Amino acid sequence: MPRNRTVRLAVLGSSAAAPGNSQNRSSALRRRLVILTLVMASLVLITISFRSSALDSAQSYGASALRPFEIVATRVARPFRDGAGWARGLFDAKAQNRKLTREVEQLRQLVARQEGAVEQNIRLQKLLRYANSPSFPQDYDWVAAQVLTSPSDFNQSVTIAAGRDRGIALQDIVVTNRGLVGQVTKVFASQSRVTLITDPDSAVRAVDEISQSAIGIVDHGSAVDSLVFDRVTKDKKVSYGDTIITAGSPGNGKLPSLYPRNILIGVVTSVNQSDTEIFKDIQVEPFVDFSSLQSVLVLIPKPTPAGR
Amino acid sequence: MRSDPIKAALLLFVAVLVQSALFAPYHPFGGSADLVLVVLLSLALLRGAVFGAFAGFGTGLLIDTVNLDTLGSSSLLLTLAGFWIGRYGETTAFDRFHAPYTSVGVVTVAYTLGVLALRFVLGDSAPAGHVLAGLPFAALLNLVLTLPVYALVRRAFPPSEPGDRVHEVRVLG
Repeated sequence: MPRNRTVRLAVLGSSAAAPGNSQNRSSALRRRLVILTLVMASLVLITISFRSSALDSAQSYGASALRPFEIVATRVARPFRDGAGWARGLFDAKAQNRKLTREVEQLRQLVARQEGAVEQNIRLQKLLRYANSPSFPQDYDWVAAQVLTSPSDFNQSVTIAAGRDRGIALQDIVVTNRGLVGQVTKVFASQSRVTLITDPDSAVRAVDEISQSAIGIVDHGSAVDSLVFDRVTKDKKVSYGDTIITAGSPGNGKLPSLYPRNILIGVVTSVNQSDTEIFKDIQVEPFVDFSSLQSVLVLIPKPTPAGR
Repeated sequence: MRSDPIKAALLLFVAVLVQSALFAPYHPFGGSADLVLVVLLSLALLRGAVFGAFAGFGTGLLIDTVNLDTLGSSSLLLTLAGFWIGRYGETTAFDRFHAPYTSVGVVTVAYTLGVLALRFVLGDSAPAGHVLAGLPFAALLNLVLTLPVYALVRRAFPPSEPGDRVHEVRVLG
């Protein structure tokens, strides 16, 4: 057993063989006594402190005695705490800046959306008031639709966000609360194309609201967004400022007008006539601003027993 | 050597004040550095079990008095910690480089668990999940503190001469 012998030698060589062997033993005893005493003292303190308030006053006095030292320590530590707080704030500020920038951007978008929604709400309320007013054509239902595109110099038409799915059909009339817009010339599933009355191919049978005998055709004028009230003979009285409205279909004609009667078109801005021309030259400014169309109403004919 | 208890009392007193004024309010990542524990363990490593036990008992009383906590609760845990690390210093860890770091790392974990267990037994609040989540960072902070604190304590309490050391090996069997 050589390994045991080695161990025993090591023990003897370190302390067991030394003359202070009994001193080491007493040291170990002392150590055990100390730890046992301190642990017991701690347990006694815990017990007394937990089960009664006998030590409270002593603890209170002790805390009061230590309070000045704590205050001094706090004052001494304050610059360090402030410095640490400042450094931490600096790091936090960068992260907070990024976060706030993101929030500001999101809020800006939200505000823009809400402002758009408010404006749209106002426009739709106007359309709704018009749809519920007595001047709205009685034989028609309506579908409100958002305008998706703007007319250009070459293309006097707009796209609206409503199509076959909303009951829209070809040649349905499109209006706003301000007046006539045009007619549907293409229908898709959820979108439609509306040709404006300012388009060269468009023509509307119209009448002077005051001088009801002055019936003619409103079609495109010389400028892109202007109209002329054409085919009005010189014997009819049309004045500056007169309102031009749709004339509808007189009687039960075989070729009725697509446009129902009494829809506003525009106001007369000039009336001229010459000896060489058969008809008056009447310029009309449309009530509808075609360059800023946002929402429109599509007139859907109400079903009749004879069908649509 | 005779002035060691006085120096140790002063050092631990200052450590308790610094701990309550400077370190206690900060809990980065849920953990907080414990200067008192690091100072106590450094002292115990350099001065042995009995010294460590007394230092732990006194420091615990001071902490409980300052914090108006249950008297004796911190004393019990710090007495055991001081004694244990003191024995470690007296026997195997003396003058080993890693000894202070090992001691601080192990005792930080054991002390935290002990505090939780004791508070639970006494019916005080013991938010184990929160405390254990911050324990790794608390241990890391204590290890970072160990380098300067142990160097400072070692300078104030130079290691005793080899002849003064206690050597004891118990033969089993």
